[in-house]
Amino acid sequence: MVSKKKKKYSSGEGAQFMTRKAALKKLQLSLKDFRRICILKGIYPREPRNRKRAQKGAGGIKTLYHTKDIKFLLHEPIIWKLRELKVYQQKIRRARATREFGRMRKYLRDYPSINIDHIVKERYPTFVDALRDLDDCLTLCFLFSTFPSLKKVPRNQSMLCRRLTVEFMHAVIAAKALRKVFVSIKGYYYQAEFEGQTITWIVPHHFSFQPQNKDEVDFKIMSTFVEFYTMMLGFVNYKLFHSMNLVYPPQLTAGFSPDSEKDLIDEHAYVAERIAALNISLAKVAGANEVEELPEIDIFQSEDGDPQKLEEAKQEAEKVKKLKTMFKGLKFFINREVPREPLVFIIRCFGGEVSWDRNHFVGATFDESDESIAYQIVDRPSMDKQYLSRYYVQPQWVFDSINARTLLPINKYLMGAVLPPHLSPFVDKIKDQVYMPPEERALKDPDFKPLDDEPSGSDIEEASDEDAEEKNEQESEEDGETALARQYQQEIAEDSPSDDEEDGEDDLDKEKKKLAKEKKKAMAVSSGVPFKENPYQKQIEDKQAFRLREKLVRKKHRNLYKSMKAGQEKRKKEIWLLRKKRRLHDEKVKEEKKAEKRKQKMQAFEAATA
Amino acid sequence: MPPYKTGLLKRKLSDESKEIEDNNSKSDEDVGLIRGELDAENDSTDSEHDDDDNAASDTERDEILFHDNADSLLSDEANESLAESSDLTDSEGDDESEDAESSDDEDGDSNSDEDKPEKVKETKPTTKAESEDSGAESGTGPTLSGSSDGSKKKKERKVIKKKEFKQKPTKTKAVQKSNDSIDALANKIKETNVTIQPVQEKDEYESGDTSDEEERVNTAGAVPSWWYDEYEHVGYDVEGRRIARPPRRDRIDEFLRKCEDPEFWRTVRDPGTGQDIILSKQDLELIARIREGRVPNPEHDEYQPWVEWFSREVLATPLRAFPEHKRSFLPSREEQRHVSRIVHALKMGWMKTRKQIAEERKKNKEHKFYDLWGSSAGVGEGEGTRGVQRHVPAPRRAPPGHAESYNPPPEYLLDAKEMKEWNKLQQTPWKRKYTFLPQRHGALREVAAYERFTRERFLRCLDLYLAPRAIKMRLTISPEDLVPKLPSPRDLQPFPTTEVLKFTGHTDLVRSIDFDPSGQYVVSGSDDGTVKIWETSSGRCLRTLALGCAVSRVAWTPAAGLSLLAAAAGTRLLLLNPGAGVGAHRVAQRTDDLLADPPPARDVVMDERTAACVQWEAADAAQWARGVRVVVTHFKPLLHLSWHARGDYLAATVEDGGARGVLVHQLSRRRSQLPFRRAPGRLQCAVFHPHRPLLFVATQRVVRVYDLVKQELVRKLLAGAQWISSLALHPAGDNLLVASYDRKCMWFDLELSSKPYQTLRLHGGAVRAVAFHPRYPLFASAGDDRYIVVSHGMVYNDLLQNPLLVPLKQLRAPEPRGELCVLDVRFHPAQPWLLAAAADHSLRLYA
Repeated sequence: MVSKKKKKYSSGEGAQFMTRKAALKKLQLSLKDFRRICILKGIYPREPRNRKRAQKGAGGIKTLYHTKDIKFLLHEPIIWKLRELKVYQQKIRRARATREFGRMRKYLRDYPSINIDHIVKERYPTFVDALRDLDDCLTLCFLFSTFPSLKKVPRNQSMLCRRLTVEFMHAVIAAKALRKVFVSIKGYYYQAEFEGQTITWIVPHHFSFQPQNKDEVDFKIMSTFVEFYTMMLGFVNYKLFHSMNLVYPPQLTAGFSPDSEKDLIDEHAYVAERIAALNISLAKVAGANEVEELPEIDIFQSEDGDPQKLEEAKQEAEKVKKLKTMFKGLKFFINREVPREPLVFIIRCFGGEVSWDRNHFVGATFDESDESIAYQIVDRPSMDKQYLSRYYVQPQWVFDSINARTLLPINKYLMGAVLPPHLSPFVDKIKDQVYMPPEERALKDPDFKPLDDEPSGSDIEEASDEDAEEKNEQESEEDGETALARQYQQEIAEDSPSDDEEDGEDDLDKEKKKLAKEKKKAMAVSSGVPFKENPYQKQIEDKQAFRLREKLVRKKHRNLYKSMKAGQEKRKKEIWLLRKKRRLHDEKVKEEKKAEKRKQKMQAFEAATA
Repeated sequence: MPPYKTGLLKRKLSDESKEIEDNNSKSDEDVGLIRGELDAENDSTDSEHDDDDNAASDTERDEILFHDNADSLLSDEANESLAESSDLTDSEGDDESEDAESSDDEDGDSNSDEDKPEKVKETKPTTKAESEDSGAESGTGPTLSGSSDGSKKKKERKVIKKKEFKQKPTKTKAVQKSNDSIDALANKIKETNVTIQPVQEKDEYESGDTSDEEERVNTAGAVPSWWYDEYEHVGYDVEGRRIARPPRRDRIDEFLRKCEDPEFWRTVRDPGTGQDIILSKQDLELIARIREGRVPNPEHDEYQPWVEWFSREVLATPLRAFPEHKRSFLPSREEQRHVSRIVHALKMGWMKTRKQIAEERKKNKEHKFYDLWGSSAGVGEGEGTRGVQRHVPAPRRAPPGHAESYNPPPEYLLDAKEMKEWNKLQQTPWKRKYTFLPQRHGALREVAAYERFTRERFLRCLDLYLAPRAIKMRLTISPEDLVPKLPSPRDLQPFPTTEVLKFTGHTDLVRSIDFDPSGQYVVSGSDDGTVKIWETSSGRCLRTLALGCAVSRVAWTPAAGLSLLAAAAGTRLLLLNPGAGVGAHRVAQRTDDLLADPPPARDVVMDERTAACVQWEAADAAQWARGVRVVVTHFKPLLHLSWHARGDYLAATVEDGGARGVLVHQLSRRRSQLPFRRAPGRLQCAVFHPHRPLLFVATQRVVRVYDLVKQELVRKLLAGAQWISSLALHPAGDNLLVASYDRKCMWFDLELSSKPYQTLRLHGGAVRAVAFHPRYPLFASAGDDRYIVVSHGMVYNDLLQNPLLVPLKQLRAPEPRGELCVLDVRFHPAQPWLLAAAADHSLRLYA
């Protein structure tokens, strides 16, 4: 009896994946709706291990979804909502076509909204999960909060984004959770820490919205993302506010709330403006007592935990604690040319008090004439009226101080000064083979002198890189160690002009005199030459041995090893290039300075003689 | 009703009435057609009658005029009946236009009635004459007018008007003045209204009661007047009395009157009564005006200014004479009840205002956030939730580097060269070093918005929902971790590290070398046809044996008590005794003794196949003197030689030998054997096992192991190389090293597998020779590249432990000649010294 032939691709990878077309057919959705539901539910295509098999033998590259993901979508109640919406849209279209505009308006007014709370919960079962995935959410919401009303982006969506982002910033201020800031050409990078999760987001510079080409940017897709992200951010905000005993839809404290006798046209707008100013602490839940400071971290000597690591962690915690109150008791005044919101946000995050020109924005708390202002942040070359009681610093000082976790000396950041480079705090310091600009190194160890870095052998950690440099510079086929050996040989030769090596065997037929002389010489007792050991001998040997061992890398790993090595080489080269550029730049600057000085001297001399 | 409303209503009414009027005029036209015919009939009859009467043209005209009048009178009667009915409608109190019209008509009629007596008085004689005619006519007239409605009235009304105008100058004016209270304005209104609406607002009681003043009206009806020609009367009055015919006048009378009466020219006869009527001056004027086609009333101003009485402006005084009704000032009860109901509903919250509803709707649209995760969030609740299958979280964006700073360190800015490359990659921006152009801004205020920001966010969105995800194992190891951990060479000393001696003397490349069992001497065979014996310690050449042709292989016998070496020169295998200068005298002597006499012939039994390819010969005297003791001539040139460990057997490999490629020679018996019947392949070399009766035969691809006792193939070792060059056996005999021309050395563990335990790719060129050290765990390989590699090859007695192979040192080989560099390597039997036969005609000793 012939057993039934098993159908191909009914199990294994062939059955695991589904093309998008098949998914659409199964879900009975249009591509638009499918895209929307994928975005909302966080479903994404998969890269199969064997594409040919996963595509059931079909050629080309197809978008493949996990079959179980699609089945999962099949049970989503929103799908029915989407289908109903389709009918609803038909109604609207019909009303428009029959020119029943009243009815059409009514339909548009009562357009059903889809509730996606359960999706937020489903995608992020715990609060920490949501925090972990907040990066994109925040960045997109901050971008959308700057958008005008567009065809695909309704006004209330960008308004909601604005509201939620302001709320989130308030939460960060209240929790003092900000850790790193960075001004890049793309925008302001912020990194906050909530419940041990670092959240990084970008806030674009002013006037970030520019009309986009239709082919380049599809606002509908982004809007769908934002639809989900606003929900998520709203719930996160709620949770954050509650964990800090703040009233959730943020409210002003009694002192700042509008006077009841004053008749405001729009009280809501009044409150929203003050909240958006970020300068006022929000109302707390009645009866909630202040959250006490975190208790000291006790060190437990666990078996696996490295005591050194623990110590490091403790130090880090101490530093962060200090960072949180870095600006405490300091008063800042922001000039009007300085971007207000980022600076207010930052300064408030670290405990400072901020104000600005009353006419600039609502919510100013004190005037420029206040004598207790410690720092005035200016971004102009000079000012007419200056107070002696305060420092006039450029905004970069605030950013750099936070990244350095200490109040940096202001002399480099004074008004009109040429600013030192602004460094990114996000560069991974643990990774080796990372170029560290001299400024950063100077920050790390105070002994480091950035200006005279060439002759000193300060690059101990990158000695091997230096080797690489030499090699590159020589561009000879010979290895470094052979070169070193040769060098050594040369040294030896220079040291002892009398060569030990005897090659007398070849020239047996030389003249007798010479022979006698040589014999005499050989017989003669010469003063001993101290044996000079090649200092690099050991390194050379090790390198040689390593080179031989390298050949024993298993065949399986050989390509990997090669590519890794190539990567290393590439990085080395990049570092070398950067260092070279820096050196050239420094030299140039030095030259210029010298020339300037000489010129000045000459001028002074001429002035004296004349 | 408030006054303004009434004003409006009036306006409305007037509009309506206008409409109706229009309708009427239309129907007038309709009816007019019929009427016209009838009139025409009338006219014709009139004209006939006139002809009969022989009336003058003037009278004829008058007749027509009076006929009209009569007609109007008749219709007036009909109108009166209609007016009665309209009175009924009037009692309803509605302000319908028709009623108004009818009432107006009534007015007009009454006016005419009022006017009538005077007129009749004046025109009595003529009307009597005419009355018969008109009566005859009106027989049909009323029926028509009765069936057709107000349309007829209209026409009649016009006539009435005419009458009115006629009368006004004469009497009515005075009467009006004295009689009524209507002021000039009202009058004017009426006059102007005439044009708009035919309603005549004349007081109907203007002329008082007319019923008793009715006097001598011919009631003959609408019969032709000639019916009464033969009678003395012309008709009857209302009471039935005959109206006497005035005396008839003939032409003479007429003429006389014409001559005598100055009023004759304006005297006309009333056909109804037969009376003469003298037309007044106004009448004449009227007639003249009509003839000229002008408006009959001379006082009518056609071009008086338009006054819009019914406008949206609320008049201070009502247009209507009567005051507004009280209820128009009081709020409606029903409405009040309705409003109170709504107010109550609003109070109770059952009902909402539109504003409230809109606000509510807005509020509903606003999303409410709540504690989604609850207080117990994060306590393992999330494990069981169903979700995305094997979720792969999206990778985070790479954090920004220094280059992205608004004020980066100067080294990150692109210099001219990099900028050029940047511009060159315009079409392929993904190949660029950065996705953005690093830029330096002197101050924060100079930083512009990043124009690709939105695009980048969009691309990220696309990545999130469109990019296929897979879990990729990322190695966090450094490349050094992939390199096997081996002991340091320093711990594995001793091994040769430097070149110490160079043996020179050969004039061509040295093919083969070998140490003597004690390690004191070295033998080398070269392409220059000589075999040289060297002293190891000094590198001195002790003896040179010229063999005539190139020596491909030399091998010292492993037997300690003999001073014998085998050399392959061409097809000949020569057994040489290096002589007295080399080694102990006695040993050389004993060797000579042994080889001096060949063994008895019965021992030397070789089958024909063997004998065909090998020939043993004893050396002749000359050869003997040169050290040659035995000569074995083969059928093909020799490739390889190797001694058995005991020193009695010698395996020789010949080139292209086929099945006879390997020969085993037994020295003591001076005989040879052919171990193989079939050709195993292209033979490279054959080596004896150190202590077991095994023969290792290397062909091009595989190494075969034969048991010589059982005469069978034991193993077949798959080298995995393209062309095996040589092989070496570990002194313990369990491991085998195979060199190949494709740059590999294969270490076989015979206990382990038939596949290589490890393949060493230590060379850059073909590997020509491999050698084990007899004592130390060392082996060396050399070939066409410039290095001789010395490695540590430790074989443990423990079977479970695999051999440890550690490459120790790359010794710099002499300069290559052509493609060749090192042709043979050998270890010193006792010392960790390595001897290499180089292609540059020399031997090198490394220690």
